[in-house]
Amino acid sequence: MSILTLFVVIPVLMLVGLWLAKNDNQVRGVMVVGASALLGLAIWLTITFIQMRHAGNTELMLFTYSTPWFAPLNIAYSVGVDGISVVMLLLSAVIVFTGTFASWQLEPMKKEYFLWFVLLSIGVFGFFISTDLFTMFMFYEVALIPMYLLIGVWGTGPKEYAAMKLTLMLMGGSALLILGILGIYYFSGATTMNINEIAALHNIPVAVQKVFFPFIFIGFGVLGALFPFHTWSPDGHASAPTAVSMLHAGVLMKLGGYGCFRIAMYLLPEAAQQLSWIFLVLTTCSVVYGALAACVQTDLKYINAYSSVSHCGMVLFALCMMTQTAITGAVLQMLSHGLMTALFFACIGMIYHRAGTRDVRYLGGLMKVLPFLSVSYVIAGLANLGLPGFSGFVAEMTIFVGSFQNADTFHRVCTIIACTSIVVTAVYILRVVGKILFQKVPNKKFFELHDATWDERLAIGGLIFCVAGLGLFPLWASNVISGAVAPIINHIMSTTAAAL
Amino acid sequence: MNIDYSQFLNMIPEVTLMALLVIVFIADFATSQRAVIPTSNGEANSSSRAWFNPLVCLLMAAHIVINIFPTTASVAFGGMYYTNPSVGVIKTILALGALIVLIQSREWIQRPDTQFKEGEFYILIASTLLGMNMMVSANHFLLFFLGLEMASIPMACLVGLDKYRHNSAESAAKFVLTAAFSSGIMLYGISFIYGAMGTLYFDDIAAKITATPLTIMGMVFFFSGLGFKISLVPFHFWTADTYQGAPTTITGYLSVVSKGAAAFALCSILIKVFGPMVEYWQYMLFIVVVLSITIANLFAIRQRDLKRFMAFSSISQAGYIVLAIVGNSAMSYTTLSFYVLVYVVANMAVFSVISSIEEHNNGTVDMESYNGLYKTNPKLAFLMTIALFSLGGIPPFAGMFSKFFVFMSAVKGASLSTTSGVLAYSVVFIALINTVISLYYYLLIVKAMYIKPNEKPLPWFKSANSTKLALAICTAGIIMFGVFSMVYSWIDSASIASM
Repeated sequence: MSILTLFVVIPVLMLVGLWLAKNDNQVRGVMVVGASALLGLAIWLTITFIQMRHAGNTELMLFTYSTPWFAPLNIAYSVGVDGISVVMLLLSAVIVFTGTFASWQLEPMKKEYFLWFVLLSIGVFGFFISTDLFTMFMFYEVALIPMYLLIGVWGTGPKEYAAMKLTLMLMGGSALLILGILGIYYFSGATTMNINEIAALHNIPVAVQKVFFPFIFIGFGVLGALFPFHTWSPDGHASAPTAVSMLHAGVLMKLGGYGCFRIAMYLLPEAAQQLSWIFLVLTTCSVVYGALAACVQTDLKYINAYSSVSHCGMVLFALCMMTQTAITGAVLQMLSHGLMTALFFACIGMIYHRAGTRDVRYLGGLMKVLPFLSVSYVIAGLANLGLPGFSGFVAEMTIFVGSFQNADTFHRVCTIIACTSIVVTAVYILRVVGKILFQKVPNKKFFELHDATWDERLAIGGLIFCVAGLGLFPLWASNVISGAVAPIINHIMSTTAAAL
Repeated sequence: MNIDYSQFLNMIPEVTLMALLVIVFIADFATSQRAVIPTSNGEANSSSRAWFNPLVCLLMAAHIVINIFPTTASVAFGGMYYTNPSVGVIKTILALGALIVLIQSREWIQRPDTQFKEGEFYILIASTLLGMNMMVSANHFLLFFLGLEMASIPMACLVGLDKYRHNSAESAAKFVLTAAFSSGIMLYGISFIYGAMGTLYFDDIAAKITATPLTIMGMVFFFSGLGFKISLVPFHFWTADTYQGAPTTITGYLSVVSKGAAAFALCSILIKVFGPMVEYWQYMLFIVVVLSITIANLFAIRQRDLKRFMAFSSISQAGYIVLAIVGNSAMSYTTLSFYVLVYVVANMAVFSVISSIEEHNNGTVDMESYNGLYKTNPKLAFLMTIALFSLGGIPPFAGMFSKFFVFMSAVKGASLSTTSGVLAYSVVFIALINTVISLYYYLLIVKAMYIKPNEKPLPWFKSANSTKLALAICTAGIIMFGVFSMVYSWIDSASIASM
């Protein structure tokens, strides 16, 4: 049994614990113990992984384990991690941990809320550890459906509409995925659903690849907010409760980018080469459109949701660039965006919880009344617009340097267009920061607001620590990631050279 | 003429079922008293036979246990009757469905106004099950037809069991008429095949059948007849009315067991008998599957009555079941049986909840009465959610696995360079898009239970122990059949051994 299975077993035990919990304190106890265990496990895994790599272990995946599941169908429960999965697991553990504290005072039905929350995290962790197409897809869907109830029951605003829209669009994406998975499995002629083995076989005809590549890429792209399939994201994020927005924007949207890279591009390399230009155009649209749309929003959550569209678009954009630097940047961006958007949503949720509004027009002068939250908001904003010293800068820098390595005009033009989003991001971030934090307090009631409580400070502090940590010491992450990206990108490129 | 009585050893499932039927009949006969006209104030009948339902359930459980071990392939009665491991498996699955129905029926059948029909109810259930067993075991069109009729006619009595209720009587009449009509069409098709081939034995037909206009016509008519039973579009018009009018327990029985038996029979006959004409029936199935799934889904969205809603849901599920046949391999049997099994537990869970709520809500089953159910009856609402998620194909519940496997079976061996291969992928694609639509309407119920506010939600009530037991079995199935692969492997080994 692999140690990775613990990432699924711990949440399952948490489910049981929550089921048995009698009161709120027991629920919180179960959550804290479980989330800490997960975080500890993820940190231990990261350190051990780095040590094993340093010790010269060059296998594609470490901690691998495989056992037949539905043997007649060649479905196995197989797990394994490379550098990309390791950092994603770490990210997920951090977000689950901080999300627990961000929903410390949630009412009503705390127990049920955490049940669905934990079910969602089972899906996320399971997805990142799986190396079997079916198992991976199963975990992917496990992660999607709890969103419906989490938003529908505990959300705000037009929550029923938002929950239904989000669920149906994402399930539509996964419907495309099923078809793509069936195509990959049958046409590879493999007797296994293991991703690495299918990639090693590498015998899907190019014509077939070109049929199924769009299914997989769009299927995952829906979750990664690929233009024009991103419309669930603003509504969904705006209506979701704080911790759910954090987990969803922070981790769940990364499932999209991860899947695009791990399944669509890795298993269908020739098609990725030949069709990536279509998606490059779409993702450039995502990046720029998301940023511009954020400028005209007045709801804080909508602003951040569109900003997420822009930043997650950047992930897919970098993937389509297909250079090692750009893809390393893409994974860094997943990590960085996950942390800073979670920070952002946490701040917004807490401000909303106090002020009773998220509308920029009715907020102002919060720096005077909520100093802790306001400073955190500024930090989140600066990280978001890519200030050096925070994680956003590292990721975007890597992406654009990597993108510019493509020598042809088309890629360079796309890169330049996407670069403009940096400026636009600064516009909407600074505008909002100036408006809600530094002007006169528009409403007398705001003077009675209380600043963050200890649980909220813990959540926000943890996230700021990670954002700044990644910004100041990016090298370890970047090394871990590029070590994992290299074999995959070599696989994609080398096979193309042979085919041409 | 001497009959070799040892042949009966080949048909142990039927023998045990027959024994069950006889025991129930005698028990009922020996202990029944003069029928008591239901009193208007609904006071409990003093002569209630509390032991009766547990007895029947135990007998049915014994029937399952005796027959759960895989049988070997054998033929009896001059080739009229055959059995093999995969037939044995589907019989077990059908019996499991019947068992859940029997357990769950207790609360309803022991009500004062239906209690005097308790014996008949069990006998009718057992005889329909016997008919279905005959149907899936038939190796000759005549026996097949007899089995089919034996399954349908008692079913009509079951549908009309609440004969004093206008709805029930009406739906029984509709069921009888469509059943008779579809049987007629099917016989017409069989006569064509007899005319072309000169025999009704499956093996003889399979050996020499070729696609001529006459055999194609025969096959299409035969298929239409079975299409009525499985309620595929465009043969589905009776479904909604019958499901709505029938007693809820019977609706559950009709939607899972009866449908499952007919679908398995269709699968084995198309693959075995009409195997050489695969390119003809594949196209037919493509059309029927797409129509069934799509049209039923679109109709289901607008239903407010939960039984009508489940009727359309079951039509679309029938489309998925039949999709398994398209693959035309051993995997078709496996995935179809597995789908039926998962569908049995998930759908019976839903119907148990519906029936339980109906009992405590003055017999209304509209969706409004589910508003806010989670606040007052959280466990019931939670089980309903799990069952609906399973029907909608959401992991980690079994429904997602069975759907995925059906899709795998449907495109198995399809190549993108042939029309049928492209069509297979396209049909799977349409079916996949439809899973999203179906999820939408299943979520409507979830939304009603969890999100919709309600001033006067249905007050808390304690479910009967029998309902709890039925729900426990169903929930265990919904969770276990997917995550643990033993059941699938068991079915698959049976299918492979049968080919």
